[in-house]
This record gives sequence, C-alpha cells and structure tokens, in this order.
Amino acid sequence: MTTQAHQLAVHVRGLRKRYGDVTAVDGIDLGIRQGEVFGLLGPNGAGKSTTVEILQGNRGRDDGEVSVLGSDPATGTRAWRSRVGIVWQDESAPAELTVRETVRHFARYYPKPRDPEEVMGLVGLEEKAASRVKALSGGQRRRLDVALGVIGGPELLLLDEPTTGFDPSARRQFWELIRKLADEGTTILLTTHYLEEAEALAHRLAVIAKGRVVAEGEPSALRERFGTEATVEWTEPDGTPREERTDTPTRTVAELMHRFDGEIPGLRVSRPTLEDVYLRLTGQEDAR
Amino acid sequence: MTTTAVRAHSETSSGRLPGAWGLGLQRGALEIKQFFRQRDQVVFTFAFPVVFLFLFASIFSDDVQGAGITASQLYVPAMMAAGIMSTSFQSLGISIAIERDEKVLRRLRGTPMPPAAYFLGKIWLVLVTGALETAILLLVGTTLYDVDLPSDLGKWADFAWIFVLGLTACALLGIAISSVPKSGKSATSVVVLPFLVLQFISGVYIAIDTIPDWMLNIGALFPLKWMCQGLRGVFLPESAQVLEQAGGWEFGRIALVLGAWCVGGLLLCLLTFRWKNRRDG
Repeated sequence: MTTQAHQLAVHVRGLRKRYGDVTAVDGIDLGIRQGEVFGLLGPNGAGKSTTVEILQGNRGRDDGEVSVLGSDPATGTRAWRSRVGIVWQDESAPAELTVRETVRHFARYYPKPRDPEEVMGLVGLEEKAASRVKALSGGQRRRLDVALGVIGGPELLLLDEPTTGFDPSARRQFWELIRKLADEGTTILLTTHYLEEAEALAHRLAVIAKGRVVAEGEPSALRERFGTEATVEWTEPDGTPREERTDTPTRTVAELMHRFDGEIPGLRVSRPTLEDVYLRLTGQEDAR
Repeated sequence: MTTTAVRAHSETSSGRLPGAWGLGLQRGALEIKQFFRQRDQVVFTFAFPVVFLFLFASIFSDDVQGAGITASQLYVPAMMAAGIMSTSFQSLGISIAIERDEKVLRRLRGTPMPPAAYFLGKIWLVLVTGALETAILLLVGTTLYDVDLPSDLGKWADFAWIFVLGLTACALLGIAISSVPKSGKSATSVVVLPFLVLQFISGVYIAIDTIPDWMLNIGALFPLKWMCQGLRGVFLPESAQVLEQAGGWEFGRIALVLGAWCVGGLLLCLLTFRWKNRRDG
C-alpha cells in the first residue's frame, strides 16, 4: 500500500466482480478521503450494491485492490469490523425486542460504543425507545438501522440506498441525520439512485454505469464539466418557438436584444441540470 | 476533520473487544427473552410433546408382556427424548433458517460480534427450553402414568449426561440442517420430515420390539434412538431391559454415539454454516 492509500478511508483500484457471465463491477477505482461524504450514484444494476458489499467484507471479489481503513475487507478482523458501520438496504432487527433493548445489546459488541440513549436521540427514536421493533413504521425501522450502524462509533459508515421507499419529508429528515453524522467527523459512503440526494449530501460523488465509473468529482464541478453548453429559447415575432444550444449564451442574448430592440418574447436561458448530465453519463438519455 | 478521524481510530484500537463467552451469555438472555415473548410459539413448542404423550400413553396403556411395565410408562421417556430433540433440533433448524432469510445473521456478521457468541446464545436458549420441556413431561409422566423418579443418585447422573449430550448433539444437527432449506418459508417442511421419520424408527411413537430391524438399524445411526434408550434406562425398572434390541440399556454405547454426534455435529456446523442466503452469494 502506498502512503496515499493510508490517508484515504477507502481506496479501490481495478475492482472487478463477475456473477457467472454477468460482469457487475468492471474495473472500478475509488478514493474516499477521511471525513468526507462520498456518493456512489448510478441506476439500478450499475454495480453500486456489489461494490459496497465488497467494501463491507460481505462479498468476495475477482480482481483488484481494496483497502478500507487500511485493511483488506476480505480478511477483516473483529477490530476492523468495530470501526466500520453498516446500514443495509433491507434489514430486519429482532422484532420481539424493544428499540432500547436492541440498541443496548448491539452496543455490547463494540469496544468503545456510543451511549445508546444518545444514539436513539440522534436518530429521533427516543420516544419509541420502549416500543417493540415490530411496532415501528418503515421509516422508524430504517432509523433504527442507522442507530445500529453508528452505535459502535464507526470511523466509516457505509449506507446502501438508505432512503429507498421514503416519502419526501422522511427523506429530508434522514438527510439531516446524515449531515449530523458527517459533522461529527464520520466518513460516509452512500449509494443512491436519487440524484438530488447525492447533490444534497455528498461532498464528492462518482457516477457509475455498467460497472464502471463514468464521472467523479464535486457535484457542481460535474455539472460544469459536462454542462457548459446552455440552451437559449425565445419566440419569433410570427409565433414560432426557437431554441439554440451554445457555449456563449450571453452573446446570443445580446444579438437577440439587438434584433428585437427591447424585450425578447419568451426568453429563457437554461443550463443543463445535474439530472441531464447524469442521464447523459449513464446512457439513459432516451429514458426521459 | 482528518485529525478527528485519526484520533477516533487510536481510541478504538486501545479499547478491548468484548469476549465471546460474556457476549454468549448476553445473547442467551436475549434469545430467551425473544422466545418467551412469542406466546403462541411458547405454548405450541411446549404443548406438542405433552399432547402426544397424553394421546399415546392413554390409547396404549396395557401391560407389556414379561417386562413388568405398562405401554404408558414406555411413552414417558420416549416423549422426553422427542421433546429434547424438538426444542433443540427442530426449533433451531427452523428459527436459524428464518433468521438467515430475514438477514438477521448477515447483520450480525457485519458487527464485531464473535460467531461463537451467536452459537453460545443458541445453546443457552436450548438448555433452558429443553430443561423446561423435560420437566413438564416428567411431571405429567409421574402424576398420570406411574413413572417413578429414580432413587439412585447414579441414575440421576446418567439422566444429566444423556440430557446434555443428547441436547447438544441435536442442537448442532439443528444448526447444520438450517443451512439446507433455500428460504425461511420452506424451513419447517425440510426440518420436520426427517424429525418425524426419526421418531417413528427410533422407538418414540412405536415400541422398538415392533419396528423391523432394518429400520431400527437406520435409526441407530442417529442420536434420537439412543436418547430414548438411555431415558428408558433411567426411568423404567430393570425388568424392561428385555424389550431392548440388545437386551440391555447399553449406557456405554449411548455415551459413545451421542459423544460422537457432538463432535461430528460441530464439524458439520463449521463446514456448512452460512451467514447469508444462497441467493445472497
């Protein structure tokens, strides 16, 4: 391992994983810095979950170098597991126990756990502490999953599509929770197929499609890099709508001003949204 | 931010990981709590062998020729053995398959919990439920069906090791068979069929002197036959030995077979246990 790999919380080089004839992960490189929120964005079946499961140590790989907190997850020790928190996509906690019993019990697995009461407060379950897990709503269960993921005080938290199936307000509450954890200094890797989620939470993100990283960087940089071309729309005096794609929208507008000598009817200048960029990158442009 | 992460790391490294034995006790307490909170499961788990004992011992109550006992008395140790196997083999086989299917196991695997703590917890659960089940059946047997508690301390010692070895062997086999069903839904059928067959060919439902030898020989490969035989040796008078295939209780051989199954069962578990479903890879 290089010195650089040691400074990175997650370091992946040339990761490959096949299931029979299907190549799920086809040479992925990732570098996640300590303390950052990193988003792994891509459509269903792009290889996000496989990648995260390999990082968790729950799935083997066919090829490539992987270092998570300085260790290879495939040979992760108990000490290593105590430093990595996992929040699964579809997980069930024991239904017959109460929230408090469950959180307290999981705290015992770790050498330096967080205070169970504090963690229940962090995820907003303090009022449900005495409820049986089976009596929780879907969103509350997911928050319990997060509580169990962070109870050990992990340095790295891996979340696989944590908000799938949430309504918009539950999703926003969840984002607040992730921001709180990030503010505490936890390195966070989350996968999502919601673009707004990646944009709202991630300091940096990687877009993956068909098992490969197709773009990587800060959300705004991604947008700029792939979306310098703006669209200028206006309406001609005879009522025909016109549009022009250009790298120099200001010049186009200036010319139009000159032509119309005043207000330009139906003027609209738009930059591609991150969603446009995303759909172009993942080859889903036609899906719109 | 980097400094925070680095500090957190060194703190964690200095903290000691909790030991498997202590966590096993914690898990045992948790398993027992969970078990007794599922009322219907509790009632049916305990009632099943009691109902069968009542049915068989009441229907077949004649004296057994030349053995100095009644057929009802024969059913008491038989149902105790079946009760031990049902609380260990059957309930573990089904519940672990369901826990695997519902990904409870995968979650545990993602924590620093040592795997041994999980198995220890299951053993504690089975010890408690198995002892309760045995006590209930013994109570019914002594009050309704003329079974006498042994007065000899040596017989109680025999009872103790037969219970512990039989329960352990069956629990390990239950853990092993839990990896066979593809999903939690099919677990009950996969686990119950071999258990039912074993009960027929091991002398639980049908007295051993009426079972064809070849069936009895197959049954003799598994622990249940030997548990039945050992418990008969503890709770029936010596005159009943004539009914045995070998004409005696064979305590030495029972210890050997059950002990071998404990070792073999442990190896089987270590070789076959899966934390994830097959479709989860």
